[in-house]
Amino acid sequence: MAQTLTLRLRIWRQPGPNERGYFGVYELEDISTRMSFLEMLDVLNEQLIGRGEEPVAFDHDCREGICGTCGMMINGQAHGADLETTTCQLHMRWFQDGDEITIEPWRAAGFPVIKDLVVDRTAFDRIMQAGGYISINTGNAPDANSIPVPRDDAEQAMDAAACIGCGACVAACKNASAMLFTSAKVSQLTLLPQGRPERSSRVRNMVAAMDAERFGSCTNTYECEAACPVGISVENIARLNREYLQAVLTSPE
Amino acid sequence: MAQVANGRLDAKVPGGPIAEKWDRHRFELKLINPANKRKFDIIVVGTGLAGGSASASLAELGYNVLSFCLQDSPRRAHSIAAQGGINAAKNYPNDGDSIWRLFYDTVKGGDYRSREANVYRLAQVSNNIIDQCVAQGVPFAREYGGTLANRSFGGAQVSRTFYARGQTGQQLLLGAYSAMMRQVNAGKIKLFPRKEMLDLVVVDGIARGIITRDLVNGKFESFVADAVVLCTGGYGNLFYLSTNAKSCNVTAAWRCHKRGALFANPCFTQIHPTCIPASGDYQSKLTLMSESLRNDGRVWVPKNIGETRQPNEIPEDERDYYLERRYPAFGNLVPRDVASRAAKERCDEGHGVGSTGMAVYLDFRDAIHRDGEDVIRGKYGNLFHMYEKITAENPYKVPMHIYPAVHYTMGGVWVDYNLESTIPGLFILGEANFSDHGANRLGASALMQGLADGYFVIPYTIGHHLASRSLPKINTDHAAVAETMTRAQERVGSILAVGGTRTVENIHRELGRIMWDHCGMSRRAPGLSAAAEKIRGLRDEFWNDVRVPGSGESFNQNLEHAGRLADFLEFGELFAADALHREESCGGHFRGEHQTEDNEARRDDERFCHVAAWEFNGVGEAETLHKEPLTFEEVPLATRSYK
Repeated sequence: MAQTLTLRLRIWRQPGPNERGYFGVYELEDISTRMSFLEMLDVLNEQLIGRGEEPVAFDHDCREGICGTCGMMINGQAHGADLETTTCQLHMRWFQDGDEITIEPWRAAGFPVIKDLVVDRTAFDRIMQAGGYISINTGNAPDANSIPVPRDDAEQAMDAAACIGCGACVAACKNASAMLFTSAKVSQLTLLPQGRPERSSRVRNMVAAMDAERFGSCTNTYECEAACPVGISVENIARLNREYLQAVLTSPE
Repeated sequence: MAQVANGRLDAKVPGGPIAEKWDRHRFELKLINPANKRKFDIIVVGTGLAGGSASASLAELGYNVLSFCLQDSPRRAHSIAAQGGINAAKNYPNDGDSIWRLFYDTVKGGDYRSREANVYRLAQVSNNIIDQCVAQGVPFAREYGGTLANRSFGGAQVSRTFYARGQTGQQLLLGAYSAMMRQVNAGKIKLFPRKEMLDLVVVDGIARGIITRDLVNGKFESFVADAVVLCTGGYGNLFYLSTNAKSCNVTAAWRCHKRGALFANPCFTQIHPTCIPASGDYQSKLTLMSESLRNDGRVWVPKNIGETRQPNEIPEDERDYYLERRYPAFGNLVPRDVASRAAKERCDEGHGVGSTGMAVYLDFRDAIHRDGEDVIRGKYGNLFHMYEKITAENPYKVPMHIYPAVHYTMGGVWVDYNLESTIPGLFILGEANFSDHGANRLGASALMQGLADGYFVIPYTIGHHLASRSLPKINTDHAAVAETMTRAQERVGSILAVGGTRTVENIHRELGRIMWDHCGMSRRAPGLSAAAEKIRGLRDEFWNDVRVPGSGESFNQNLEHAGRLADFLEFGELFAADALHREESCGGHFRGEHQTEDNEARRDDERFCHVAAWEFNGVGEAETLHKEPLTFEEVPLATRSYK
């Protein structure tokens, strides 16, 4: 049954990319445990506007856990404590009356802060531009069933393809590595026969782009997997490493 | 307006037998020489399935594409949230499907308010879409032999739906997005994320550019091109609560309407029967539970009014499986509009369940008993998981609570057969246009239409515009650009200048309540008139009393929302006027005055077998109605029956 909570929020406020940030402290009452985390922030923002203060900026869109737009560190955990859950799907029943909640943006050199909890994740798009595709023009495709794909391969490819590109893996990693994100796309396209012709150039180019975007190295801590809201497995990182090694050893360049 | 003649709209549908129209038309369309394509710039607004596929395909042909979206990345567009699947007439299961049957089902499902020739073309290219997506690496579900799996969806009597678990929209969108990223890398697409289109630049009667506001720094910018392609989705957020993402809006389409593009059938709204009900007045959006759940779930309410027992304590003979009772042939799989209205009717009669009484049960008890929990988990595991995340109830043990919610808008900017609006050079694709779904869209057809328009229609039809019209080079210092820019800036400035007391959120919620109460699942003339009156009053209140904090020269989410709400407050009035004009019930549009004795929709083909396309005359002024007569030569007009 629904209860109500009184909460104390410590929220990272930063007016712009080059300005100093600080923690703003806010008290909230009568928060229903049935609310989503973002609805709780909506309530806060309505109160802030009512008092003539600037509302807290945060990215969000679908509010059903699939678009990957939302994301914040909640008490030090990317997307909060509920496993395999995006911030928008986190509900207030995970909190206790009287809790203090610390809310921060993703912190990574590759994701500069735009305002408050909003960061710039266009680095992910640039990694994708380096090779996260199969080169096929519209109209060129053969009949769909002329490319049989073993069911297990298709299922594994789908596991990797489920990545929503939210950036929690980077935010959770002490090195701000983008390996889980990059490896998920490399895995999906390597596991499918359609992706094999470009497998070597793809992995080399995507890894180079990842490094150029100032994401750190992977040291197999697996925080990324623990933080991932859609359960992307670190097996993908192992697959990327194998693909990369093979590509570098066998590439003519 | 080239397409308006003698007060009637001409869709420029090519002649000849329906199966040959598109082929013939493609031959008759003028071409741009491959070497000349690089001389043309095309603006594409929106990066969902329609915009993403159009941007990638046009860039592959050699055009220079400027791609705009208001999200932080093209990959976030709301097409990503589509769960169930995408239809195609492949007939892989050998169960009797064909292009003709998909065409027929779509026309009938749309309750004879769509344009036959467009629907036929949609069914024709459906197969190419599947081929294209598979080649891109979309991981569709497979059989053990490695071939593609299909399922029956949304009441279709053949298995024609392709799917990628419950994330089909996501996978198709990421396919289009990856094709876009390839063209960005090739230098043929320039990406402009976090930029919102605020107006259309029309030069000598032809769409030649857009005005945008940068959502990060508030800067206004102008872009010019040889064509503008609008792929900006639907307007379900007019109702505040809907299954749409929070940023979905009517602004780009509405601003084009104000510049002269006719708006067609705005009142055609799809209310989806299986959504998670609202839990309180803080509710910010509604979440859809895929329609596929109705394949195994049984919908029921208690027979007793004011029932207080838990669902599992209610014996079989005190349950009313009302869809199975009323529609024995289709049962729980009746089309969305029929299922939604029935749920509302049962709740209005006092049989609703849950804390608000505005919910019905969707029960998997019998399916679990028949197939076992593992089979049900295999089919719907992710949906059950999502339901439990939101409601903290376990649907394997207790029935789900569901209630209808606004989901999709069939109306949109009027387009001809080429997907061109009444402003030459302005093309409208995907949910933003109106043509293919009539008064009701079938399940798994939205993804099909978005990708059909983007991958396989616009690459042909845009060339004809570019080749046949004089398009002198212009740049951003053209007087029309400056004038449009000033208008867009003034509008934003005047919103900031109000300095009142009510928040944007608060006014938007009130607008949503007006729409839901009077223009929702069941509409009547007095309510529609009242709604128009109330919307006018609320619009005045917005312009006198809205409070938008912060400045225009910064990242200001409240200001973005306020601009979109200001347009909804104008558009809502047209929505009500359109619903009032259509004195019949068809598809998702149900007028209480026009129903049969057993409460089914009663169409009026004598008076309303037409598209209602509205012409803007000024804010608060009645719009001028233009009619595009609809003729059904291939699928004879008949009354839908799901009994």
